[in-house]
Amino acid sequence: MTLRAIISTKLGAYGYFAIALAVAIALLFAWVFFKGGYLLTVLQLAMIYGVFCVGLNFFMGYTGQASFGQNAFAAIGGYGSAILTVQYGWEPILALVVSMAVAGVAAVVVGYPTLRLRGHYLAMATFALGLITYDVSVQWTDLTQGYMGYSGIPPLGIGPFTVEDDKLKLVCLAVILALGVWVSSRLRHSRFGRALRAISSTELGAAALGIRVSRYKLLAFIIAALYASAAGSLFAHTVGFISPEVFGLQMVVVTFTMLYVGGIGTVLGPAIGAVIASLLPEVVRSTGRFQDIAYAAVLILMLIFVPKGLSTLASIGRRRPIKAGAEG
Amino acid sequence: MTADSPSPALIEVNGLAASYGHVAALKPIDLRVEEGEFVTVLGPNGAGKTTLLRAMSRLIASDGKIKFKGRDITGVPTHRLAKLGIIMVQEGRGLFSEMTVQENLQLGAYGLGGSRDQVEGRFEQVFRLFPRLRERAGQVAASMSGGEQQMLAVGRALMAGPKLLMLDEPSLGLAPMVAAGILDTLGELNRSGLGILLVEQKAPQALKLARRVYILSSGYMRAELPAQDIKSHHDLARYYFH
Repeated sequence: MTLRAIISTKLGAYGYFAIALAVAIALLFAWVFFKGGYLLTVLQLAMIYGVFCVGLNFFMGYTGQASFGQNAFAAIGGYGSAILTVQYGWEPILALVVSMAVAGVAAVVVGYPTLRLRGHYLAMATFALGLITYDVSVQWTDLTQGYMGYSGIPPLGIGPFTVEDDKLKLVCLAVILALGVWVSSRLRHSRFGRALRAISSTELGAAALGIRVSRYKLLAFIIAALYASAAGSLFAHTVGFISPEVFGLQMVVVTFTMLYVGGIGTVLGPAIGAVIASLLPEVVRSTGRFQDIAYAAVLILMLIFVPKGLSTLASIGRRRPIKAGAEG
Repeated sequence: MTADSPSPALIEVNGLAASYGHVAALKPIDLRVEEGEFVTVLGPNGAGKTTLLRAMSRLIASDGKIKFKGRDITGVPTHRLAKLGIIMVQEGRGLFSEMTVQENLQLGAYGLGGSRDQVEGRFEQVFRLFPRLRERAGQVAASMSGGEQQMLAVGRALMAGPKLLMLDEPSLGLAPMVAAGILDTLGELNRSGLGILLVEQKAPQALKLARRVYILSSGYMRAELPAQDIKSHHDLARYYFH
């Protein structure tokens, strides 16, 4: 057997895809590190959005539910971190953890009645949640400082060690995202993850096998809220400033795009989608006043030719099933 | 409970009725399956057969009483029924099509909790019964043939260690030879003591396996009779269009 044959047998399509992905990530980071400047910030935000999308993927991808309101939990994380560190002088890491806990409790309170709804009704209820949170962040000026927002939010750190250098920030955020993806992968292939995917396939079928559908949907909602809150806090500590606009409707649209471009329901898709959708505007910027059209055109082409997301590229070219539930 | 049987029926329903909106799909009916018995419900298209099984599985709201081994389970939610041992194989198989054979089977054993030895034992049992599933363990369910999917649906139900297996038209859409193979396996399972409630449109094979037959038509239970009393399609038609 030749070396090429051995490699081919051992790796398969996914192996090649993983190697290509690792090389692409390494090259991208090396390039951004070398070039520095604005691209570092773009990639930092991509990592933060990645964390948000990995969480959203639990609820929308694995469990197959619709939520247009996860930005509410990101706002809880962002404002929680900002208020606790700026107003009360808490340690950023403690503020992040406490904000996540608050978001988790809020997810239980909101999710328990809301998740009895299905399909469009659930989507509308969660959409309302996002809008309410936005209004609260604008109107409750004593707490949130309204449109002024919070500035001077300290960078993330533990004790005397603070992450102030932009390159170090990117490394830390990449490690946090990798950790989030790892947890997502472990859970997806666990008994819990299989139950979520069963619910996504058919709720009645899952219930008939003994899966307590409402409880699992709530758990997925809470996990998504925890990730969203962490992303909100990371944004606050990375950028140092937050306002209601950061967690507005734009966030919902951007994260949905990332999720579908990368591959909803897949492990790597949310992270890949976050990086691609964040970098794409920089790539098409050279088209000048046509950049919005170019951005939209590239996204549409991606969704046409890779409808299940870029993370499923590995499966392209593999033999397709001949029969799908046909007679016999 | 029958007059000569001191133990309660495996499952017994009294006055079970269900409707979709204002349309009554199932008029109040009585039905029972004894321990280790093979019972078939026959009926034409739209008779209410699927509604009956869904109502018994609490997948849809219904009126009436349901008892399992003498215990009233009328208000018990669906996910708890599975843990009691009442498992339904849905029409159209109800497989998790994007998941592999192995993952589908693992989900079947969901109610067993984290007991790895028990799950391994069930895997062996199912693979012995359907060796094809062992060969296809890593394959995505959607890519399998109809017959293989039906094997998987039955195998997944067996992973739960059912005491009563309810099947909704398992032969639907299958080639006659394949359907006969599936029904033979059900016969084998019944001989090992498993209670089976089979809902079917196609009579001949189902009648060979069953001890008793219920005939359902337009939501009404038309008759309950020993399987050997139905000799031909004419006998059935007489009840269907009663």
